[in-house]
Amino acid sequence: MTAPLLEVRHLRVEFPTRRGTLLALDDISFDIAPGEILGVVGESGAGKSLTGAAIIGLLDPPGRIAGGEIHFEGRRIDQLGAEDMRRIRGRHIGAIFQDPLTSLNPLYTVGRQLIETITTHLPMNQQQARERAIELLEQTGIPAAAVRVDQYPHQFSGGMRQRVVIALALAAKPKLIVADEPTTALDVSIQAQIISLLKNLCKEQGAAVMLVTHDMGVIAETCDRVAVMYAGRIVEIGPVLDVIHRPAHPYTVGLMGSIPTMDEDRERLAQIDGSMPRLNQVPLGCAYNPRCPNAFERCRSERPDLIDAGATRVACWLHTETQERRS
Amino acid sequence: MSSPLVEVKDLAKIFDVSAPWLNRLVERKPRLYVHAVDGVSFTIERGKTLALVGESGCGKSTVARLLVGLYKPDRGVVSFDGVDIAATLATPAGRALRRRTQMIFQDPYASLNPRWKVQDIVGEPLLEHGMVNGSDDLRQRVVDLLESVGLSGADVGKFPHQFSGGQRQRISIARALATQPEFLVCDEPTSALDVSVQAQVLNIMKDLQRERGLTYLFISHNLAVVRHVADQVGVMYLGRVVELSEKGDLFDRPRHPYTRMLLDAIPDIHMTGRARTPVRGEVPNPLNPPSGCSFHPRCPHANTRCKTDTPEFIDLHGIKVACHAVQEGRI
Repeated sequence: MTAPLLEVRHLRVEFPTRRGTLLALDDISFDIAPGEILGVVGESGAGKSLTGAAIIGLLDPPGRIAGGEIHFEGRRIDQLGAEDMRRIRGRHIGAIFQDPLTSLNPLYTVGRQLIETITTHLPMNQQQARERAIELLEQTGIPAAAVRVDQYPHQFSGGMRQRVVIALALAAKPKLIVADEPTTALDVSIQAQIISLLKNLCKEQGAAVMLVTHDMGVIAETCDRVAVMYAGRIVEIGPVLDVIHRPAHPYTVGLMGSIPTMDEDRERLAQIDGSMPRLNQVPLGCAYNPRCPNAFERCRSERPDLIDAGATRVACWLHTETQERRS
Repeated sequence: MSSPLVEVKDLAKIFDVSAPWLNRLVERKPRLYVHAVDGVSFTIERGKTLALVGESGCGKSTVARLLVGLYKPDRGVVSFDGVDIAATLATPAGRALRRRTQMIFQDPYASLNPRWKVQDIVGEPLLEHGMVNGSDDLRQRVVDLLESVGLSGADVGKFPHQFSGGQRQRISIARALATQPEFLVCDEPTSALDVSVQAQVLNIMKDLQRERGLTYLFISHNLAVVRHVADQVGVMYLGRVVELSEKGDLFDRPRHPYTRMLLDAIPDIHMTGRARTPVRGEVPNPLNPPSGCSFHPRCPHANTRCKTDTPEFIDLHGIKVACHAVQEGRI
């Protein structure tokens, strides 16, 4: 097996507040192999966007990395200064955000923004960069790219803007792209276009993707592996087919059951009672225990770590206990 | 067969989006109109759910607002239990009509007054319609309503910010149910919620429909949710309903090319690795809709007739569809 492109080890992110420190991400560990698409799912507030932000070094203050390590191509990047990180961002790690309107500067033409990115990271002059910009817009499926390159973001529709954002992210041929809810603000018909575009372009360039989304359908279609997050921790991580069809963590089971699907008729959806705890009220033991139908004594006092369970890795005492009994 | 509870005929709403008068004068700009809803007709039977689906800007929320009387129609009639809504709401009889239809809005963070306690939010419609005697009765009614949507009666003194998104949406449902309405218009009630919470809210809505015989108009852009809740489904595109049929027919045998396209575009968790054929193009600008069938620039079956003639909304074996290609038997 090749060395992973990105290694995250025991990542911990804290938000100091007046009423004490909130632990937003706790003991997050995962790898992304070159060219792999890793999906990150979870409900609002589970910490999925924060994980992406920590990797690209764009945590909003007062949030800070309080522990753990992030390695990119074998080099530790979580301790780099702002200037060094800026050089990695864009050149080696690209980012795509949810809202294509706020991630483009409304006062600059699309071309100027692309050219700026290209000349910052690649040894090209203005003319070459402009040609590259037009080529990128063409690759992302924008018709009449040579004309559109001189237009402003407001002259583009939502789907077209997101294509521009993808072109920007891919401009310097980064090896990793962190895409945070890239299709959430778009209509379904456009969503399909953007997802297949992202998938194809990354395959062509051999770029790995960390795809953060709450849409399990998008994950199923796009990703190789998926990490399920709950209350700041990864509760299950594994190949996408296994997680969807044979979920091992009770939270993943509940999450899958609550998604209305197109090919079966059910009178009621399986529901998870209650809601995710706030960060200052995360219960002792497993964070999911108050909502878990299978919770027992140990879940309420000790916190489970990720262990191998079949094809996936799960943080759940149910699986630990079965394994301990076996051995 | 009993008469339908809600009957909508040739409904239209036009918004004036012209530049201000001085700009029009100086810059010689013409007046501009958006035909947000253009000739929509449907009926909803008692105790049933009609879902309207479509992409942003197709006019589905405008239809919802027309049905509860928040907008006045520019053409066409909405009749509720045989009574014309637009004409009646201005008269004294409109009060009773308002009591019988209620609306649930999309964003539970924006639709609840942050300075009001839950008791005031849920109790307001009861007071407004004079349905309670004294404060003890009011409190008891509010507690009952909260319990009917799975909240605790002890929540009456709390403010909206003390609740999560799903709980807030339950408060909106409790408020809508306060006047014991027969018809609920739900405008994207779950699209601001996480899936596990969405499942809770959808289950509550279905339970309430069964217990109280409610009739729903359910607006959504999520076809999987629609498949779960609806009896009948109408697909909207640029202000028009392009296909309207029973849920089973629509999902198993979609007729209109736009419906087929939408169904094909949904990511499904059981379709891992499926290569989808993404749809071409985007929704056109409603200010300047294409001639003829407004879907023709994106349609794989469009011919010259589609570019000039607007297709009529015709009943074909129980499936109503507005498409030349389907009506001519080309597809």
